[in-house]
Amino acid sequence: MRLRSAIHLASAALALALLTFAAPAVIAADTVDPVADAKAFKKFFTDKFPKVKLEDFVNGPYSMNEDMYKQWEEKEQFPPYEFSLEMGKEMFSRPFKNGKRFEDCFPNKGIGIRQNYPYFDEKEGKVITLELALNRCREANGEPPFSYVRDEMAALTAYMAFTSRGKPFDIKIPNDPRALEAYQNGKEYFYTRRGQLNFSCATCHVQSPGERIRAEVLAPALGILNAMPIYRSEWSGMGTTSRRFTTCNSQIRGVPLTPQDDEYRNVEYYLSYVSNGLPISGPGARP
Amino acid sequence: MRNAMLKSALPLVLLIAGATSALAEGSEADFKVAYAAAEAAHKEAGTLRNQWTTTAATLAAAKKSADAGEFDQATASAKEARALAKASIFQATSEKERWKDMEIR
Repeated sequence: MRLRSAIHLASAALALALLTFAAPAVIAADTVDPVADAKAFKKFFTDKFPKVKLEDFVNGPYSMNEDMYKQWEEKEQFPPYEFSLEMGKEMFSRPFKNGKRFEDCFPNKGIGIRQNYPYFDEKEGKVITLELALNRCREANGEPPFSYVRDEMAALTAYMAFTSRGKPFDIKIPNDPRALEAYQNGKEYFYTRRGQLNFSCATCHVQSPGERIRAEVLAPALGILNAMPIYRSEWSGMGTTSRRFTTCNSQIRGVPLTPQDDEYRNVEYYLSYVSNGLPISGPGARP
Repeated sequence: MRNAMLKSALPLVLLIAGATSALAEGSEADFKVAYAAAEAAHKEAGTLRNQWTTTAATLAAAKKSADAGEFDQATASAKEARALAKASIFQATSEKERWKDMEIR
């Protein structure tokens, strides 16, 4: 009887010990490690496209196809986003009714700062994108917000991106569990299949960059936001990051969320972070 | 004679009219049940942030048919919308873990 009790006790102790040692291993497997993610992300694309220079991934489909690259070089002589750029510059410097301007809302008067957006606001506990910051600036100065998917927002972000051209993305994740959670949620959104077509963002931009979907050549996810906003021939106009996300959702037969909902802000945070070090190339032009 | 024929036909006409009306009411009731179930499933997909455009379109088609009094078609569309909504719920639920399979590591 004593022997049986001793065996039971020893078994229980062994089980407890195993659990104690096994638990950290389980947590470690789920640990969020953005630095390792970004490294693996870049390696995946540079291994897949060994001829493409790292900084060239920001040129999207043009980096995947030699003929398209030549077309793009020619397009850049008279870029289709030029009108938007001029409009954005004018809008950015135009005073609000209260006499203040956009420059009063941003560090360095809004010039050359695009590469730092989105950032995690520790006071608010949320991701702040450039589009959101622009509209908050308007509202703080008594102006109505712009639509996130229309020309005004595209023009403003085009101008701000232009002043940051060549500067590497420098997205920071502060030592705040909420920031890591936002990053992780963005990653989850990026890889989650949705819509009746059962596509995730990764289905097109990780599994199939360089391949055609109908007439389009799909862009790689690496550096995809560096070129935003973009002029798309398909749209016959400019498109913001919000427009890109909502359109992607509806193309796969998913009901888009509201622009600047947490999910979209988080996925922008994730995608920008893993492209850290790649230069801002926006505004861009796409077929 | 003519009056007698009219008298005998009257109950038949009333019977047919009553039956048709009962049939239409039954069909409308079926539609209402099917539509409510589809709407509830679509709403649940919404809380999972994964509604499908096709569900929304099929729900709208069901409503349009019902407004035109075409309850058989309306009920069929509502049932289809429910099936689509259920599929979107399944997708959202299963993707809670499955997304990790696609992750670049």
